[in-house]
Amino acid sequence: MPSVSEQPRETAAGVGTTAVCVEDLSVTYRTTYERIPTLRTSLMRLGRRERAVREIEAVKEVGFEVPRGSVLGIVGVNGAGKSTLMRTVAGILPPTSGRVTVHGRVSTLLALGVGFNPELSGRDNVVLGGLAAGLSRERLRAKYDEIAEFAELGDFMELPMRTYSSGMYGRLAFSVAVNMDPDILLVDEALSVGDARFRKKSFERMRDLCEHAGTILMVSHAMGSINALCDEVIWMHKGRLVMRDTAEAVVAEYGRFLDMGETDVALLEDV
Amino acid sequence: MSSQEPRFSGASGSTPVLDPEVEPRTEADDVFAPEVQVHEPHRIGLPPIGKYVQGVWRRREFAYELSRTTLRAQHFETAFGQLWMVLNPLLLTLVYFLLVDILRHGRHGPAFFAHLMACIFAYNFFSTSVTQGAKSVVNSGRLVLNTAFPRILLPLSAVLTGFLRFLPTIVIYAIVHAISGLPVEPDLLWVFPLFGLLIVFTAGVTMLVAAAQVYFRDVSSFLPYVLRIWMYGTPILYFYHEIPGNLQYLIEANPLTPIFASWSRVIDLGLPPTPKFLLWSIGWSVAALVVGSLFFISREREFAVRL
Repeated sequence: MPSVSEQPRETAAGVGTTAVCVEDLSVTYRTTYERIPTLRTSLMRLGRRERAVREIEAVKEVGFEVPRGSVLGIVGVNGAGKSTLMRTVAGILPPTSGRVTVHGRVSTLLALGVGFNPELSGRDNVVLGGLAAGLSRERLRAKYDEIAEFAELGDFMELPMRTYSSGMYGRLAFSVAVNMDPDILLVDEALSVGDARFRKKSFERMRDLCEHAGTILMVSHAMGSINALCDEVIWMHKGRLVMRDTAEAVVAEYGRFLDMGETDVALLEDV
Repeated sequence: MSSQEPRFSGASGSTPVLDPEVEPRTEADDVFAPEVQVHEPHRIGLPPIGKYVQGVWRRREFAYELSRTTLRAQHFETAFGQLWMVLNPLLLTLVYFLLVDILRHGRHGPAFFAHLMACIFAYNFFSTSVTQGAKSVVNSGRLVLNTAFPRILLPLSAVLTGFLRFLPTIVIYAIVHAISGLPVEPDLLWVFPLFGLLIVFTAGVTMLVAAAQVYFRDVSSFLPYVLRIWMYGTPILYFYHEIPGNLQYLIEANPLTPIFASWSRVIDLGLPPTPKFLLWSIGWSVAALVVGSLFFISREREFAVRL
């Protein structure tokens, strides 16, 4: 697949200015082993002097900059801290030390996307998600048709989201994220939503976005997409930044690390 | 597409980047989404409060919309839906009136019925808000995981929902008030500040419970029992002045007692609240708000990893 990384992007808005600046970032958080923590089990544990809380150093001293209008790919094995990094850039998780500066409006497509209430219709979920993200009501009204059209859900927009298939779910989530006029789009393994046609469409939409000086940070295990979309790729391993280079270089090195031949890496599409 | 037109960034940063070809955003946009965001560790586990409150205010539409959709799911917008919601506290009043009146050998007059109804309706606002609010964060898992916004809007929206559900019950009470021949005098206006204090107190408790629910998912299972006992310990099923002396201190320690005793006094007797109870009401409400909101805000950044 041809890489776009060689050709510098000619866009109107300041090429070369920084969109996202991550300085010496560390993120440590405490979480619990239990799937459903309850007061009852906590009290029982207290009697046994056990603790179910664990500290996780998800991101350790990571620093990088993302220029406006470029696409940064983030690769790494599961548990490398990619999603935590994305959440910190989005302002969802607090940094433990270091600093993240974000220039522009962020739109996120992290893991689960929109649809926080399956009992509500797709429309209600879009409106609530947009308002929570800080969009004004007028703007949302203006955007809504675009979102619905892009997601191609038709009448389903008025139905509760529990009636959606997982593909429809993903399509709506993607549509919301890209149609919110983001300056910066954070995408966490979301290119595999929908059928092949929708995937192609979303791929093109993301390209479109960076053509217009949008900045994208994407986490993906699909090396093909990484190669085709990203200007630069960082490879994270156990919370640390291992490598930062062009897409080909990192993908090749990462492939070697995963102990797979070039052909395997090329096949590492959304399986 | 004009929506994809590039925009200028760094409006409030140290190095503003202004591009002549770039159309500036509308004013509303700048207010709703600050151009430069800096995420840094918070020193004492709390974000700068001023900025936080600003963020809450900016997204107030979200809390409103959340209440609206919640109510719509309960068919609140139809006349029957509203009637249904009024029916529950109304029947509760009748059940309790029957119970209490039988226990008292039927010595209660219409003034007691009015007191009972006014207090049960107000308590119903408190308990539904807290019950709904308890699950507000946990039930919004996806939104919390995906979007950065002041989480405090979730429990606050639950209180707003409770308030909107309370509104139609006022009509029912007004009818009972008129039939009972209770006084309608300027002092009745005290109901507004008193209910305001109840809202503040409710908001504080709701935030506390909503945050606790994230850590202990069985909090909402205990809640109905706690709320029931709390109700019995508040002068609702009896007048404040009926409390026997040996239980006085227990009832007085209840933060809801000053509010409800004053509420009943204003509504039933048409007298202003005593200064002592007014001060206690203010004190408890402010304390609940401060403790609840600070606890919630100091914890809310952890919610994303706890859901």
